[in-house]
Amino acid sequence: MSRAGRGGRFAVIAVPYAWLLAFFLLPFLVIARISVSEMGATTVKDIVAWKDGTIAFSLKFGNYLLLAQDDLYLRTYGSSLLFAAVTTVLCLAIGYPFAYFMARSRRSLQPALLMLVMLPFWTSFLLRVYAWKALLTEQGLAANAIESVGLDRAMAAVGLIPGPGQLMNTPFSLILGMTYTYLPFMILPLYSTLAKMDLRLLEAAADLGASAWTAFWRVTVPLSRPGIIAGSMLVFIPCVGEYVIPELLGGPQTQMIGRTLWDEFFSNNDWPMACAVAVTMVLLVVVPLAVFSRYQAEASARST
Amino acid sequence: MRASAFNRWFARAWLAFGYAFLYIPIVALVAYSFNDSPVANVWRGFTLRWYVALASDRELLAGLALSFKVALTTACASVVLGTLAAFALVRYPRFFGRTLFTGMVAAPLVMPEVIIGLSLLLMLVSLQRATEAAFGIGFPERGMMTIWLGHLLLGLAYATVVIRARLQTLNPQLEEAALDLGARPWQVFWLVTLPMIGQALLSAFLLTFTLSLDDVVLSAFLSGPGATTMPLVIFSRARLGLNPSVNAVATIIIAVVAIGVVVASFVIAANERRRVLDAAAAKRPSAAA
Repeated sequence: MSRAGRGGRFAVIAVPYAWLLAFFLLPFLVIARISVSEMGATTVKDIVAWKDGTIAFSLKFGNYLLLAQDDLYLRTYGSSLLFAAVTTVLCLAIGYPFAYFMARSRRSLQPALLMLVMLPFWTSFLLRVYAWKALLTEQGLAANAIESVGLDRAMAAVGLIPGPGQLMNTPFSLILGMTYTYLPFMILPLYSTLAKMDLRLLEAAADLGASAWTAFWRVTVPLSRPGIIAGSMLVFIPCVGEYVIPELLGGPQTQMIGRTLWDEFFSNNDWPMACAVAVTMVLLVVVPLAVFSRYQAEASARST
Repeated sequence: MRASAFNRWFARAWLAFGYAFLYIPIVALVAYSFNDSPVANVWRGFTLRWYVALASDRELLAGLALSFKVALTTACASVVLGTLAAFALVRYPRFFGRTLFTGMVAAPLVMPEVIIGLSLLLMLVSLQRATEAAFGIGFPERGMMTIWLGHLLLGLAYATVVIRARLQTLNPQLEEAALDLGARPWQVFWLVTLPMIGQALLSAFLLTFTLSLDDVVLSAFLSGPGATTMPLVIFSRARLGLNPSVNAVATIIIAVVAIGVVVASFVIAANERRRVLDAAAAKRPSAAA
């Protein structure tokens, strides 16, 4: 390769690389460091000191001790994971048949169907969440519909809402809002794997005597696994740290970790504590994140 | 075949239910914006007064102006950096620290925004304190530029995904042919590669523009005094309760975005058709020979 080619290669890689190191990785190291300091201590000198010719680190794990001991934080982490998991399962339950029927509908119809799924994603997420607030408050459209069929009594019985007629600021409204917001993120990867599937495999299964139902479970579902995993991660990981939806639609029973971090930072002004919450949150999502990026890499390796 | 008819109707019902779920809140929001009653749930006739009130809403208009500036600069920078990152990932299968690079590019797609916002803010604050101690002037000041930096992180991730997907489907022989015919590498990029990925760049631009225009969390962490974006204004009002001005803004935004997306997708579809026709026309003589 020519010299210009090598120089070009260096620039193409180095510019975004350096940018990400400076503005994505470095900030993580900064918060990791602040999380082990106390309020007011914000320079490197505070944790690294020369003592008798050796470097002495004085790390203060007080924030993490507090996180581990305080019941409230632990419960908040637990409920964040729970709400994210419930949302993921609901998105999959609604989204899988949806994507499946989309992918098996008439070819000429599919671009329009796909665009209709993507269009809400283009309109403001904040406003769509806000819209549910109007629908679910007393006398709202959705609230009236739910109450007229008596669904609110059933939900009150299983503890999703505190009592009949109280739909807003409950676990129900939070889960509804998150499912609504993240549903397109589940549908799109599922659709793209299901649309690519070779339908002759189903014919082969039928020839070999499988019923349509068996063929679906033993051929279609396993083949759509990459889509299921990508979609689930795209829903689950952001849901764990979601802030806007719990703030607008959640209530006192639905404390989530993203909101805790926000309050520590903006209301309590306790930066080290906010950082400790952030670092533990990263640890919480790092495993699903690794799974996600591995599947992304595999998917792109397969398509090239 | 009774079973297949049932299946077909079941499929249609499921799709209809899904689309209704996705669209009812949007339709309701638009309907409420024309409601002549400050209580959102009681219909009291058609009005345009919330739209008229918007014209004199200083706070919201200032927010809109700032949001547009941030979104425009974010989208431009995201497309440039995203193109570089996508090229690095597609064209260079091995370089030092590629795994880390791949991870860092994709992470903002799913990483909770509160973490990105908090960490970037605290890094910038540390930088500001350090420069203040060293030079007497704190840099960077919190404001439009810091919001832009945060949005760019998100925009880079999304732009890279879109552009990378297109680059992977390109035929490398076209670029090799141009090089064989004596074009310099940068000529190949401008004359061959860029026209082929133009559509992806346009989609990436629109996507990052809307992402930036919509973002609440990153802006909340990174904004400074006097730099309040439109979503921040909307969010602070929505937090307090239902607000007719929010409905009116929402309707305008939804209309603009819907028109923009529909027009853009028509343009893209038309380009795609022309490309396919051109390709077919180019193939014909060789097929005849």
